[in-house]
Amino acid sequence: MTSSVHHGTSGDEVVVDRYNAPARANHWVTAISLILLALSGMSMFHPSLFFLTDLFGGGQWTRIIHPWIGVVLFFSFTGLFLRFWRANLWEHTDSVWLGSAGAVLSGHEERLPEIGRYNAGQKLVFWGMTLLIVVLFTSGLTIWDRYFFAYTSIETKRVAVVMHAAAAVCAILIWIVHVYAAIWVRGTVRAMTTGSVTGGWAWRHHRRWLREEVAKGRTE
Amino acid sequence: MATNPGLTLLRKSASDEPPPPVLPGDEGVAKLIDVSKCIGCKACQAACLEWNERHEEVGFNVGSYENPHDLTAESWTLMRFTEWDNPRTGNLEWLIRKDGCMHCADPGCLKACPSPGAIVQYANGIVDFVSEHCIGCGYCIKGCPFNIPRMSLVEQVVHKCTLCSDRVAVGGGPACAKACPTHAISFGTKAEMKTLAGERVTDLKSRGFDQAGLYDPPGVGGTHVMYVLHHADQPELYSGLPANPSISPLVSVWKGAAKVAGVVAIGATVIGALVHHMVAGANRVSKKDEEQAADLAEGAAD
Repeated sequence: MTSSVHHGTSGDEVVVDRYNAPARANHWVTAISLILLALSGMSMFHPSLFFLTDLFGGGQWTRIIHPWIGVVLFFSFTGLFLRFWRANLWEHTDSVWLGSAGAVLSGHEERLPEIGRYNAGQKLVFWGMTLLIVVLFTSGLTIWDRYFFAYTSIETKRVAVVMHAAAAVCAILIWIVHVYAAIWVRGTVRAMTTGSVTGGWAWRHHRRWLREEVAKGRTE
Repeated sequence: MATNPGLTLLRKSASDEPPPPVLPGDEGVAKLIDVSKCIGCKACQAACLEWNERHEEVGFNVGSYENPHDLTAESWTLMRFTEWDNPRTGNLEWLIRKDGCMHCADPGCLKACPSPGAIVQYANGIVDFVSEHCIGCGYCIKGCPFNIPRMSLVEQVVHKCTLCSDRVAVGGGPACAKACPTHAISFGTKAEMKTLAGERVTDLKSRGFDQAGLYDPPGVGGTHVMYVLHHADQPELYSGLPANPSISPLVSVWKGAAKVAGVVAIGATVIGALVHHMVAGANRVSKKDEEQAADLAEGAAD
């Protein structure tokens, strides 16, 4: 056995490397940015959440820092996009997977086709976030009055502010699904902390990916 | 500037505190600007800068009397000059309008503001910005149907006409009204100002301005700054004064339905996830999964 599929430190169990250190770092920079953006953004979205500005040093600081975190997120997410877009291209099995939502939600994965590196749900999170982050970035620049006020009309800014709020809510919803899925499917979080998953996890959730990784080891 | 303790608060931004009762029939105060009496001397602009301790930059001439060329975070009021060739009479009319905050009864700025208490509406109708709570986001600029608030890039807060709330609180009138040499600017209760406007409109009609009238647009619930216009049928003539201003539907959706729907959607998704976990239970890898993975890997190793 070589490279990505190997034995764990304890001996018998098989471990599969899923994310290398740069990918994990890239993910966590994006994750922290997104959480900070959601907290600061929501504080300026609904008055009942305005108290969240205290986390950032008050309203003025929240307003100042929010767009800059957005810039960090945009470039950080671009990194994730370049890393993972190829693995997230839609395939026929993804449509089959989506069509069996009942089996997915009840955890009966034996009723689903064998899945590659990502399942349809993960791909939808990926493409959904990609689209929304493009919308959030462009609409965000439009309403970043400190630097860009002069470049658009007030009417354009009104459209942008509504789009920004709507896209942000959608992104938060996707984020909740993303985090929940990682918790619900036990053994997932370690892929983004230590970088590896157990062989059983790969077998159960991404069997085609496991077969591919094993096959790669065989040819090497 | 802080909230004025001398005035009763009616509403404040980003807050759902119930308003205090207002006496029935009390329409508050109003400033009446009689455009037909204005000579464009800009005494009001100078008085405004002086009373509010604002300092406009020295500008440059681009061939218009308008100076500065737009409202700024310093100049909260501005004489706007329009030369209009009246097709009916053949007269060239010089229409001069003192622009500034209209103090809407339904203020778009206050509705758009995310910071509690940064924009307040007093019971007398004055809409005021409270700089100590302003976070400089510029949402009020998007909320305003008249394009009035201006961001100070130095202070990082937004300013506009206060209707001299500090003077009004101690029984005075606005500085601009005090300075006006032709009494084109009057200040009093809104009821008094409407009566005065009625007299002026009658007078103007007797002089041939048969479309003279009062500008108190109902789309924003009426305003506490009103104009007497000689061409009230065409307010746009006066440097684009909107004929029927109202809060943009985009702002209403953003600060109305979207605000509620967004918070509900987020809450519902979290609850949905918790319920799913309770019903479906954790999705765990079985011992058999691990064994089969090991078999697959061993097969490869052979």
